Amino acid sequence: MTGLSTTPSLDRARLGFYRGLLRQMMLIRRFEEKAGEAYALGKIGGFCHLYIGQEAVAVGSIAALRDDDYIMCSYREHGHALARGVASRAVMAELLGKSTGCSAGKGGSMHLFDVSRGFLGGHAIVGAHIPLATGAAFAIKYRGTDQVSICYYGEAAVNNGAFHEALNMAALWKLPAIYLCENNRYGMGTALERASAIYDIAERACSYDMHAETVDGMDVLAVHEATERAVQRARSEKLPTLLEVRTYRFMGHSMSDPIHGHYRTREEVEEQKRLDPIPGLFHRLETDGLMSQHELSALDAEVVAEVEDAISFAEESPEPMEDQLYQDVYQ
Amino acid sequence: MPTLTYRDALNHALREEMERDPNVFLMGEEVGVYQGAYKVSRGLLETFGERRVVDTPITELGFAGVGVGAAMVGLRPVVEFMTFNFALLAMDQIVNSAAKMLYMSGGQVPIPIVFRGPGGAALQLGAQHSQAFESWFAHVPGLKVVAPATPADAKGLLKSAIRDDNPVVFLEGEMLYNTKGEVPEGEHIVPLGKADIKRAGSDVTIVCHSKTLSVVEKAAAELAEQHQISAEILDLRTIRPLDRDALVESVAKTNRCVVVEEGWPFCGVGAQVVDEIQREAFDHLDAPILRVTGADVPMPYNKHLERAAKPTVNLVIEAVRSVTYQS
Repeated sequence: MTGLSTTPSLDRARLGFYRGLLRQMMLIRRFEEKAGEAYALGKIGGFCHLYIGQEAVAVGSIAALRDDDYIMCSYREHGHALARGVASRAVMAELLGKSTGCSAGKGGSMHLFDVSRGFLGGHAIVGAHIPLATGAAFAIKYRGTDQVSICYYGEAAVNNGAFHEALNMAALWKLPAIYLCENNRYGMGTALERASAIYDIAERACSYDMHAETVDGMDVLAVHEATERAVQRARSEKLPTLLEVRTYRFMGHSMSDPIHGHYRTREEVEEQKRLDPIPGLFHRLETDGLMSQHELSALDAEVVAEVEDAISFAEESPEPMEDQLYQDVYQ
Repeated sequence: MPTLTYRDALNHALREEMERDPNVFLMGEEVGVYQGAYKVSRGLLETFGERRVVDTPITELGFAGVGVGAAMVGLRPVVEFMTFNFALLAMDQIVNSAAKMLYMSGGQVPIPIVFRGPGGAALQLGAQHSQAFESWFAHVPGLKVVAPATPADAKGLLKSAIRDDNPVVFLEGEMLYNTKGEVPEGEHIVPLGKADIKRAGSDVTIVCHSKTLSVVEKAAAELAEQHQISAEILDLRTIRPLDRDALVESVAKTNRCVVVEEGWPFCGVGAQVVDEIQREAFDHLDAPILRVTGADVPMPYNKHLERAAKPTVNLVIEAVRSVTYQS
């Protein structure tokens, strides 16, 4: 049932698709670098959890979805929003708490929403959104459509009751849900092996007779293919899947935390950076003669310009008016 | 006007709303095959089928979250807790998910959901099954909190709660399910946020809700007969939003007030009512407002101790005589 997926070979006819994945990962990387900078300058407040290192997970999996599918995320969701096509301007403006933000400045980094894209939020209580995504899958079944509900959460959430309660119901009721665990090996500063009685998250699915797969999360194409299989299972067989996607965050848990320290070594982080999914995909494209260094630089300039535009837009956007304080408490 | 039990009034409200709107469904423990732990959902499975009357595992956090998730994408779930004591396991979904989704999404994601079930003490169920949590839920912006006392209000308020686009915590009285009362025929709607004068009076306003209404009604009758005190009974019906206008209007007339509730005194519903009245109707008051509450203890099992822990007719009478300077 489990086992690391094999690397698919590149298909010249899909160059546009590969290029799109690479661009999205690069956009997220540059966006997050800018967010880190803005946080350091005090322009972004509160908690800010960067996605650097994990880009292949959101990009590869969201590329396997349809526009009418539902997405729910944890609080490390800037990358997912961008991969889903939420405008970088609206995401950056939300991080800066501006009225033009995708949650009107009231959500912040951990609560990005764009209902028009089925992007149903970042949620900031570990594991709590797993039942929510299950509810969206329940609604899909209730209405009899062939949509899919995908839920992103970290490996630390699988020790949480909400995870088990949700997966049990999804399997019991045969709901079209995908539970994509982004296993970046650390829940804040606690290593997986220090928190979980078993190491392979995918094995948790056995308890619910649910299909599971372990995926290399530093390989965007592997993530994409595994998600496509899960999507197919959800759409046609109406069955849930647990995907354990093994990844790594190159930054600290949040902007307030060190990149390495008591819980992991500098050497480990540097070692993992050699698996960086962005050069990973580029090198494969380059090796197969599908992309040049020059083209990569041009693409980088393009995403840097987009991020610069996003931060300018966010900085120039107005703060929410004070009368917004009491708006949207009730419908 | 037909007479119904509180239980059947709720059942009729559920049935009518499910017939009216295909997006409404009922979910919870034992709501289907078992016909409801308190039989509120009797017959609904047979009419609406398993798709819309959903038996869940014993997994309050999980199914409350499933309800909120379904509401996020446009369904209108009615989530039954077998008792609100069990809803504590789902507090995260009620408070962190349902209550603030609209706000933190910048107005994009309304949560039209009803969390309903019995609350408050019944008889000798012990400390973990005898709690009134109105003030817990009412504390949270984004939630509405309803606690009907009569069959007519139970039906009319549940229909409003189901039609409301916000999360509504609907607390039924466990001891009220068998009580009977007249319920208007046909479409009967009671708006949320409107208190009701259950008995008009001129000397004192007694504020109550849910099960304490019956205690207060007995006290009012005795006050009239034995003490020549004319008590006005104001049934809040909805705790949040609180009907401030009705409170002020009644106290402006009677100049005295006693607030009765089943819950604990500290940070209770009565504390909020007193605050509203002292700010909005201070000049109308001729006496300090007194409160009659449940005792500030976990509920004891022993019958006599349990009785001593609940608001009683005598305690209400004493409080009223005190604010009218008769005692």
